[in-house]
Amino acid sequence: MGQLLDRVTAKASALQIPIQAHLDVTWKCNERCVHCYLDHGIGGDMTTDEIRTLFDQLAAAGTFFLVISGGEIMLRKDIFDIVAHARSLLLDVRLKTNGLLIRKPEAERFGRLGVRTVDISIYSWRHEVHDAVTLIPGSLARSLAAVRYLRDEGMEVEMRTTIMRDSAADYPGIQALAKELGVVARFDPTMNPRLDGDRKPFDYRVSNETLKEIYRDPRLAEEAYCAPPSPVDADVLDGHSCEAGHGGVYITPQGDVTPCVQFPMVCGNIRRNTFAEIWNGPQFRRLRDVRVRNLPVCSTCANSPVCSRCPGLAYSETGDFRAPSSIDCEKSFARTGIPSALMQIRSAASSRAQENGAGFAGLGASSPLVQIAGIQ
Amino acid sequence: MNDIYVARSSAIAARALEEEMVIMSMRDSTLFTLNEVAAEIWRAADGKTPLSEIVRNNICAKFATDPDAAYADAEIFCRQLSDCGILMLSDRPIELGG
Repeated sequence: MGQLLDRVTAKASALQIPIQAHLDVTWKCNERCVHCYLDHGIGGDMTTDEIRTLFDQLAAAGTFFLVISGGEIMLRKDIFDIVAHARSLLLDVRLKTNGLLIRKPEAERFGRLGVRTVDISIYSWRHEVHDAVTLIPGSLARSLAAVRYLRDEGMEVEMRTTIMRDSAADYPGIQALAKELGVVARFDPTMNPRLDGDRKPFDYRVSNETLKEIYRDPRLAEEAYCAPPSPVDADVLDGHSCEAGHGGVYITPQGDVTPCVQFPMVCGNIRRNTFAEIWNGPQFRRLRDVRVRNLPVCSTCANSPVCSRCPGLAYSETGDFRAPSSIDCEKSFARTGIPSALMQIRSAASSRAQENGAGFAGLGASSPLVQIAGIQ
Repeated sequence: MNDIYVARSSAIAARALEEEMVIMSMRDSTLFTLNEVAAEIWRAADGKTPLSEIVRNNICAKFATDPDAAYADAEIFCRQLSDCGILMLSDRPIELGG
């Protein structure tokens, strides 16, 4: 499917069709994961009818892949109605859940509705470690039960693991568990700041040294993942960083539309405007106009051919999606061993400051935050 | 000629992408793209209309082609999609559930 999927995605992007949409149906949750970036107290969720209308508009705009996530989706009493409407529009539905409220009857209903894929968050194969992340005793056992129920109904189940400081060594065990269950395991050490800007989730990140080891573990990544980058050429410079706002879009439970779940630039709200009005509006158009050659720092970076630069993280860090993201600079450095353009600028500035005998608080050491979103 | 009836499976995801149709089977996650002619047949596959009528009204009327050859190609195409689980075939009209 890979090459055909790539072609379809590229065509949608070129045509500016939102082929993949991600909707959080609620931010309420029945787990309290220590690293979570959401505020579970924010209400005002869209009603069932509002979500149905949104799906109608997404389908009309060309959406094919729909991710329904949260918060915890099973806390919506209308979740089956929501999924049923999506499937009636022939949308490909992927659910993201912790699985705590999914037993055989719920799995059967999702199976009958034609859900293709379900992602379940698993933080460790060790109960005490997983439950210490979710803060819910017995949560791993319940999540794994859901994995089995959904798998038995014929859905593709993926165990999604955030690699964290205290569970960084657990991924081989999770891979073994996934193999035993006949499901897929995927890993990602990305941490996001909380919605209010609180960087507490970063306390749970893995160290840079651990990240380098992870990137070079053949059980997780191909050898080419850490190969030296090819020269920066016109293809690289004419490209864009990711599909956010080109072929992908995110909608909050309250109807705010942003380019991606990691890109909190609100471009409109579907309670005030139609999806098409927002998607074709000035903020999305401005985002789509930006190519790598328009990025003031990243266009000069030797890592740009391999960097999985996230404009959303850049926006969160600096308020400018054209700026470099120190998080991604650390990530590409961990892969290639080549300091990014931003790191070199900071290093030179720091040297000058030291020569001048001055402190240099503003552009000091780069963020130790790491992520591995590319290995999926 | 024994005519056949064709109906779209509900166990799929589908969306038009310009002139082509993108379809994914829920059964095994296989992704297909149908060209303009194939997409015409797929759209018209309502379970009630015989394939010969679909070919006559939706293919021969829009694309200059020989009816017999078009029907033969369409039948092969429909059987291939049936094997993939994205079309249902029958020698009688197909009742589709809600």
